[in-house]
Amino acid sequence: MIGIVGYGAYVPKYRITIEEIARVWQKDGKAISKGLNVKEKAVGSLDEDAATIAVEAARKAVSHAGIEAKNIGALYVGSESHPYAVKPTASIVADAIGASPDLTAADLEFACKAGTAGIQMCLGLVGSEMPKWIEYGMSIGADTAQGRPGDALEFTAASGGAAYIIGKKNEEIIAEIEDTYSFTTDTPDFWRRPHAEFPRHAGRFTGEPAYFKHSIGAAKGMMERTGTKPSDFDYAVFHQPNGKFPIRVAKMLGFEKEQIEQGLTTPHIGNTYSASMMLGLASVLDKAKAGERIFAVSYGSGAGSDAFVIKATKNIEKNRPKPVFELFKEKEYIDYATYAKFRKKLKSL
Amino acid sequence: MDGALPLIWRKFGERYDLDGNKCGTCGTAYFPARAVCPKCRRKGTLVAQKMPKKGKIVTFTELFAGPAGFEHETPYFIAIIELDNKARLLSQVVDSEKEKVKVGARVEKVFRKISDIDPEGPIAYGYKFKVVG
Amino acid sequence: MRNVSIIGYGCTKFGEHWNKSFRQLIAEAGIEAILSAGIEGKDIEALYGGSMASGRFIGQEHIGALIADQLGLNPIPATRVENACASGGTALRSGYMAIKSGEYDMVAVGGVEKMTDVGVEQAAIALGGAGDQETELFHGASFPALYALMARAHMDKYGTTEEQLAAVSVKNHHNATLNPKAQFQREITIETVMNSGYIATPLKLLDCSPITDGAAAVILCESEKAKKLCEQPIEIIASEQTSDTLSLAARESLTETKAAKIAANRAFERAKLKPKDIDFAEVHDCFSIAEILAIEAIGFCEQGQGGKFTEQGNTALDGQIPVNVSGGLKAKGHPVGATGIAQAVEACLQLQGKAEKRQVKDAKIGLAHNVGGSGATCTLHMFKALEGKN
Repeated sequence: MIGIVGYGAYVPKYRITIEEIARVWQKDGKAISKGLNVKEKAVGSLDEDAATIAVEAARKAVSHAGIEAKNIGALYVGSESHPYAVKPTASIVADAIGASPDLTAADLEFACKAGTAGIQMCLGLVGSEMPKWIEYGMSIGADTAQGRPGDALEFTAASGGAAYIIGKKNEEIIAEIEDTYSFTTDTPDFWRRPHAEFPRHAGRFTGEPAYFKHSIGAAKGMMERTGTKPSDFDYAVFHQPNGKFPIRVAKMLGFEKEQIEQGLTTPHIGNTYSASMMLGLASVLDKAKAGERIFAVSYGSGAGSDAFVIKATKNIEKNRPKPVFELFKEKEYIDYATYAKFRKKLKSL
Repeated sequence: MDGALPLIWRKFGERYDLDGNKCGTCGTAYFPARAVCPKCRRKGTLVAQKMPKKGKIVTFTELFAGPAGFEHETPYFIAIIELDNKARLLSQVVDSEKEKVKVGARVEKVFRKISDIDPEGPIAYGYKFKVVG
Repeated sequence: MRNVSIIGYGCTKFGEHWNKSFRQLIAEAGIEAILSAGIEGKDIEALYGGSMASGRFIGQEHIGALIADQLGLNPIPATRVENACASGGTALRSGYMAIKSGEYDMVAVGGVEKMTDVGVEQAAIALGGAGDQETELFHGASFPALYALMARAHMDKYGTTEEQLAAVSVKNHHNATLNPKAQFQREITIETVMNSGYIATPLKLLDCSPITDGAAAVILCESEKAKKLCEQPIEIIASEQTSDTLSLAARESLTETKAAKIAANRAFERAKLKPKDIDFAEVHDCFSIAEILAIEAIGFCEQGQGGKFTEQGNTALDGQIPVNVSGGLKAKGHPVGATGIAQAVEACLQLQGKAEKRQVKDAKIGLAHNVGGSGATCTLHMFKALEGKN
């Protein structure tokens, strides 16, 4: 058996409401909030970046797993807002949590799905015959996502992180990863060129040929390979660029609303990009009971989806971390000016 | 300090995870680690030790004028914190409601950027603390 | 036993000297000192120059030789002395010990800082270097922050109030109006201080000493020789220096300055005097709280009572023990490296009865307390006037 032995979620304390952002741009905040199904988004403080967020999530995961950080043999950080273009975030995390130096580490980028790509890499390494020494692998999705001031993305681009530790000891696994499948094509729906400060996106093109095609492609492929259907699962989690897309994609695939509710995080904290589906999955794991099955699909622009079939073990009930939805409640609202300062949107800073 | 990379690099253990030491002879914990126990001197037996990540505020101040590199962070809190093993350190206190930052308040360590002055230079990460409860 | 006396002194006006450089300032003070001693440059055998951060402020190190050069004193041995804000006091003690040792009979000692050639944030970084760079300044703890931490601890432990802190500044501003060389020439009230805006709570702008340019110098001479050269030499009857941990967090106490306490105890012992024997004191009031910590450490009042003692007027010019009659660092100004020497200059003026409007009546014994960093260095000197040539 191979699966998740621990997970950790981190969401910065500060929130800005969609209405406050809309106020600055003289738009109808209520209508936008309703249209996106997002109330507010989490904002990293001035001294937070993807590395600090990844470290906080990683520490919680280590503490939840109850393992020695030095036994982590592989560490990947998926993000589209790595603090350095060249110089890994992963080595910062490894040092900060005490996993150095006996490990392999790297940064990953695949828009919003780099963290789940990291989970797949960990599955491969931990389960592999070569190298044999990798006992645990950790993958983190962390972002301080930025939307260009005034752009539609600004209403949802949020900060947050989630870390997963993959292991192979039956007595430690809280959720078995039964299988994984990915669906990838060259679909440029969202990108950021070197030196560009903010990503660009292709408007409505990000929907049908991008998010929906890939999420559905991966989901269907996964179910085909495992011989499963939506009703076989207790929970389903999808990538959540806004609060509407995951609900619609679930419906298109034949999942019921009850199956996805526990994993919907974006309506409360915005789209945390690389952490989005991973935070949703963490919230599901907070609730899942032994034997319950979870269907999880990430999506990264550019474009691809990683699907997972997961089954909670009896170990999951032994040691529950503070639930993700509880973390959301630790918050303080800021205005747009503070948000602009925190996220360095004022050019003279 | 602008661009002084080795100066921040050699402090990673201390700043990322509170690496200090403790005198086996008198039991005093030191942060940062000391080369000599000032109480026992040559009779001291210093061994590496990580400091606890929780403590309480001994004294604090809220700064409204920061030195170069911190101008844009004002106002911010600086406190002297007594860790649970009695070792004391100075740190910023962040993410805490103003009225909760007071003498005696319980705090725990968080990992943050301390210094990020040059957009093309290295970022210095390290400990800050936040009030808990 | 050889003793050491001051036979000449000089001091520039303290303030923002936009048109004067580091070297011009120290030359002005040094020349005044040499002339007032009635000696010639060739009589001076060695020089000690105190400066805290000339490298940070003006990009110039190696200022010992520079000062000797500017005063036309080459090739005498010239040495820079640096102990942060106690650089001046330490330079004075270095000169004192050089004569004490018997190596020299006459030594020039100077202190200088040119602080306004950089912006305030850069000045804050330079001054922050007096604390622990790795565990204080690195984390954004400016110098006012360190003293604010002590002020909060003092308030917490002893009930000291912000108004009591303000009383220090009000008194020192008043004294400064009587000192033509002081940077500030205006009276302030408790209310002005209380409304002056926080720099680092509980310290407000007017609890803090300013950024100042200035220089001061004294000529030291072996006392027997001094009596032959000078009408009224000012003998250094005690010179002490102590140290403590650089970082504030590592100190035993945040409400007492241990280094100052030990220096004061040793000085009183050596001079066979008690705090009540002191007629006036120049203490290191870089912040209002620092003066309170100083008068408690020296023993002018009980530990923890410094705020009340000040508020009651005991340290005023006409009080029980006049403190900082020059205006202190707060109002006379604080050109860091010059401060310790300027305190000695004030002692000379008072003991020779030349302090004009701020003259302390019957001043016989003076004390100077100079602190480096947040208390990691302390120098403490006591002075008295000798009968010299007629």
